[in-house]
Amino acid sequence: MTPALLVFFVIGTIAVASSILVIGMRNPVHSALFLLLTFLCVAILFVMKSAEFVAAVQVLVYAGGIMVLFLFVVMLINVRHLPDEKVLSRFAKGGFVVGAAVFILFATVIRPGVYHDPVNNEQALRTTYRYVRRRSDHKLLRRGTVVGNSEAVGMALYREYLVPFEVASVFLLVAMVGAIVIGKRELSALEEETAPQYMIDRVETEKEIKEAMSA
Amino acid sequence: MPSTEAYLMLSGTLFAVGLVGVIIRRNMITVLMAIELMLNAVNVNLVAFSYHLSSLDGQVFAIFVITVAAGEAAVGLAIIIQLYRLRSTINVDERNELNG
Repeated sequence: MTPALLVFFVIGTIAVASSILVIGMRNPVHSALFLLLTFLCVAILFVMKSAEFVAAVQVLVYAGGIMVLFLFVVMLINVRHLPDEKVLSRFAKGGFVVGAAVFILFATVIRPGVYHDPVNNEQALRTTYRYVRRRSDHKLLRRGTVVGNSEAVGMALYREYLVPFEVASVFLLVAMVGAIVIGKRELSALEEETAPQYMIDRVETEKEIKEAMSA
Repeated sequence: MPSTEAYLMLSGTLFAVGLVGVIIRRNMITVLMAIELMLNAVNVNLVAFSYHLSSLDGQVFAIFVITVAAGEAAVGLAIIIQLYRLRSTINVDERNELNG
């Protein structure tokens, strides 16, 4: 067993075990921390497949951004978990059946040797040879210039994938505006706690609307 | 070097675990975490095939998937906060007002 294979098995086992703990933990904070562990293990696996830039983005965005967002929301909501509260929904049995079925499906599709041996051309992930066809680039990059993985991915993002890249930026803008608009609070938390009349008014308004609808 | 099949098996396992988590959990935050797990499993797949085919396209797609995951997490968590303010619960099976 080569060292790379050993690292893969150890890291992969940690990733799968912590992912199972993500959905098994009662406390959402514990789930978030195990999710963080899963993301870090997956980042290591990305590095092993010479995707260093994706691994860095994974650590920055997932482990840095999304995880902090999750922990913020857990703190904001502050749900008290009673020890006898139900964790599983009423679809639990069906969920396990569906998960097992999907796993068996993957396991039957992915048999060893289904895909022929890799071409083993790791250099291709670091070269910008695809992007030198334009005349103006001859001075900058020659055909088959070996650069770092980050530079090669950047070239791909800003040339071949320029339009999807811009669409992604518009998507992020829309997501940001949407999150702000949806998350905007109508009353401050203090007012909401000290004024239960607010909830009563809301319920009364809903009743009036229902009556008006049925009338 | 671990083979592409090993990566695909790992990715399939992570995806199945995430799918089980989405279905069985009551807590909405944990459900969102399980969705992130599934998106990450797809990323493992994309990177494995990027190496297998010696093409950068898979890595670029993985970056786009990460972008979509970030936006989805932001909007989903905003919805959860607003739902908690209105109904004081984030359990999935207590939210059935849309049932006809």
